[in-house]
Amino acid sequence: MDTDVSDAARPVLEGPDIARVLTRMAHEIVERAKGADGVVLLGIPTRGVFLADRLAAKLAGITGRRIPVGSLDITMYRDDLRLRPARALARTDIPADGIDGRLVVLVDDVLFSGRTIRAALDALNDIGRPRAVQLAVLVDRGHRELPIRADYVGKNLPTSLRETVRVQLEEEDGRDAVLLGERRETGAPAAEDRRPEPARTGER
Amino acid sequence: MKRHLISAADLTRDDAVLILDTAEEMARVADRPIKKLPALRGRTVVNLFFEDSTRTRISFEAAEKRLSADVINFAAKGSSVSKGESLKDTAQTLEAMGVDAVVIRHGASGAPYRLATSGWIDAAVVNAGDGTHQHPTQSLLDAFTLRRRLVGRDAGLGRDLAGRRVTIVGDILHSRVARSNVDLLHTLGAEVTLVAPPTLLPVGVGNWPCEVSYDLDAALPKSDAVMMLRVQRERMNAAFFPTEREYARRYGLDGDRMAKMPEHAIVMHPGPMVRGMEITAEVADSARCTAVEQVAGGVHTRMAVLYLLLGGNEPAVSHARTEETK
Amino acid sequence: MTMSETGKTLIRGAKVLGGEVRDVLIDGETVVEVGTGIEAGGATVVEAAGRILLPGLVDLHTHLREPGREDSETVLTGTRAAASGGYTAVFAMANTFPVADTAGVVEQVWRLGREHGYCDVRPIGAVTVGLEGRKLAELGAMHDSAAAVTVFSDDGKCVDDAVIMRRALEYVKAFGGVVAQHAQEPRLTEGAQMNEGVVSAELGLGGWPAVAEESIIARDVLLAEHVGSRVHICHLSTAGSVEIVRWAKSRGIDVTAEVTPHHLLLTDELVRTYDPVYKVNPPLRTERDVTALREALADGTIDIVATDHAPHPHEDKDCEWAAAAMGMVGLETALSVVQHTMVDTGLLTWEGVADRMSFAPARIGRAEGHGRPVSSGEPANLTLLDPAYRGTVDPAGFASRSRNTPYGGRELPGRVTHTFLRGRATLMDGKLA
Repeated sequence: MDTDVSDAARPVLEGPDIARVLTRMAHEIVERAKGADGVVLLGIPTRGVFLADRLAAKLAGITGRRIPVGSLDITMYRDDLRLRPARALARTDIPADGIDGRLVVLVDDVLFSGRTIRAALDALNDIGRPRAVQLAVLVDRGHRELPIRADYVGKNLPTSLRETVRVQLEEEDGRDAVLLGERRETGAPAAEDRRPEPARTGER
Repeated sequence: MKRHLISAADLTRDDAVLILDTAEEMARVADRPIKKLPALRGRTVVNLFFEDSTRTRISFEAAEKRLSADVINFAAKGSSVSKGESLKDTAQTLEAMGVDAVVIRHGASGAPYRLATSGWIDAAVVNAGDGTHQHPTQSLLDAFTLRRRLVGRDAGLGRDLAGRRVTIVGDILHSRVARSNVDLLHTLGAEVTLVAPPTLLPVGVGNWPCEVSYDLDAALPKSDAVMMLRVQRERMNAAFFPTEREYARRYGLDGDRMAKMPEHAIVMHPGPMVRGMEITAEVADSARCTAVEQVAGGVHTRMAVLYLLLGGNEPAVSHARTEETK
Repeated sequence: MTMSETGKTLIRGAKVLGGEVRDVLIDGETVVEVGTGIEAGGATVVEAAGRILLPGLVDLHTHLREPGREDSETVLTGTRAAASGGYTAVFAMANTFPVADTAGVVEQVWRLGREHGYCDVRPIGAVTVGLEGRKLAELGAMHDSAAAVTVFSDDGKCVDDAVIMRRALEYVKAFGGVVAQHAQEPRLTEGAQMNEGVVSAELGLGGWPAVAEESIIARDVLLAEHVGSRVHICHLSTAGSVEIVRWAKSRGIDVTAEVTPHHLLLTDELVRTYDPVYKVNPPLRTERDVTALREALADGTIDIVATDHAPHPHEDKDCEWAAAAMGMVGLETALSVVQHTMVDTGLLTWEGVADRMSFAPARIGRAEGHGRPVSSGEPANLTLLDPAYRGTVDPAGFASRSRNTPYGGRELPGRVTHTFLRGRATLMDGKLA
């Protein structure tokens, strides 16, 4: 992904900002879900999983209870599966008690076209029947192509299609930041949430 | 990984690890209420079997169906093939029906290679066993089982079989399983030893990346896994060994021999087993024998191969293909 | 050039057997003058500066397929291919349908060759009835026929029964015949698909051990010694066979041997493609064998080059390896392969080529009028080639009915431009008459 972001990328959120917005989102989840009863957090690999883990920790701090957390790989449900080389799969890890009758909160780093989330909803369908599904994202950069919105947003970040948004997290990248940069080459970003990545990185 | 899977020797270490990792993800699907993935929706796969092999065919079929592919089964017996139709004509007929991939089992060594390289068809070709040449998905499922048992299910992810010692025992000469395993296990860093009577080792085996021994008892204590190959009784008539009893005595695995293996070592068998010949019932039914596990792993591994070959617009490759015909 | 009114042809300025530059004048069926500055008179002139003039080539081992497999070759197409390749005489193997094991069949093949007129066809008679290795065919009757058979072979199959082989060797002494053995121990080659060695072990193709050839050669030279007959060994393919023949010759045993062009150039590494165009009997061997065969041809241990021209229809090669037929066409590429492997490598002079591809095979097969020196009074059976030519082999341009060449797309040196059969050009400027 590094190659997709120009050197001039500038941070719009730094480490402390990210910690703060995650705390706020955790409180919003507790408030909306009335104490986070029956909540299951499912992160979308790769960075959504780390964000889900962090949210789960904060929820546990607030509620004093352990919140089930897992991961949901959407690779095989993507609508652009056949447009690119076959990709390595990421981990799908559903908490032991499953998702039937639960409130599943999907967690991802950036909400863009909405296609990733549509794929996640399809993937969920093959796993069980939640009571409800909500969506938490660290950044909503706009440009939706499907009727999808987030329930919990860390930061709304109006962008142009020429810009790139890149989330860095300590667990994967060695530091926390949200970077806004210029796309190097112009190209239609319409079909995807993110620029193409090499098939072997384990990312979507 | 190329567009086809013809030989285990074509796989790089990274290709093989990617397949094994993907197979582990596929294995997790088996635990879900809906054991089906949409990855090959709209893709048509034909299982073109010129040799009877219900086990392998069913395994591929299960893998294809779990990935939502449309599946056509074509057995040579009772078909146009038995009326003298050539491999080329059969393949072209199937492709005209819109087949995206051909899973082929053939008695002639090299038939899948011919199918993939002769320009007869554009479909991807997966070798499901050819003559005494290769059976790459068998070696992948064996490696999958080995990695799970010797490295660990989660601990094994992203890792190869470096330093593991695998002994393959039996009819190496006529075995595509042995050839595939020598290639793949070597690529994955394992140390392979072949054990067989000299009559059942090919001339030229000295060039293979493995050790060769005639002495099973010497190899057992140094093995992390012992893979027993089926020995067909008919070989006796061609003077490959004198009698079944003598073969079993020198190269069969019984309880006493199994006791010479290290505590953690496993016994593998690609099946079907000939009990009393290369393996006794005591060993076959013991907890150390992974034959049944290997069958389960076969479905996961074949799902991984089919997904990586057919899931995208081109295979998950370490060297990109420049043009795509399918 | 213009047609001669006098029936004379003047080949001007060719290097005779690669040596001196000479003019060669042909009148009717005979070479009448070899010298310098010969006046053309009314003769047709072939300008041959830079070209090599050889005696017409003789192939002791050709499969013309007629009768029976006219879909792959006929006497007509096969002899046209021979003329294209510079041959003036070919020995046609007996494994036709019906088998050439009677005077009737050999006379038919011989007559067809005469009628077409591209190349003399000398039929080879089967050693045993139906090539079955049990009962001697009527060798004497075939010899006494119009075809005057002198060479007998069950080629394609080995005369593996030691007693039958002994009797055949003895019997043909009565009329100066020779048995040409296809050395292949049948039990050792059951299910064999390619040379047994490193490559067969990897490819999982049934191994064809060198010893299956060598053991038969060893037996047969000893039999020939014992009964005081001569024996010819077809298509030697291994270094070990060379050693045995060398040993036999050193003992004074009357043995001759041939090597094919493909065994001088190709190795079993090519089988890795599983392309049946490389499937041949005996199989392609290793680099070490190729080197030994070239050296043996150079030092005379191997007497001749014979093509084992084996045409097969496309469908018999456009299939999986095990299902494919064995054999390669070779008449139209033989001289180029020999130039490439023997002349351009410095192993053999053109004079040597004349011996291995004309003088010696004609002598072994008793082909009268062939394999004669290029000199006044000799039959005008001649081959003219341009050794400087470089070209890519294009099977589509073959005169043979079949295209199963292993050299398609490969660059080979040299080109036959003219072939004269008893003074008449069967090939003129690269075009068949």
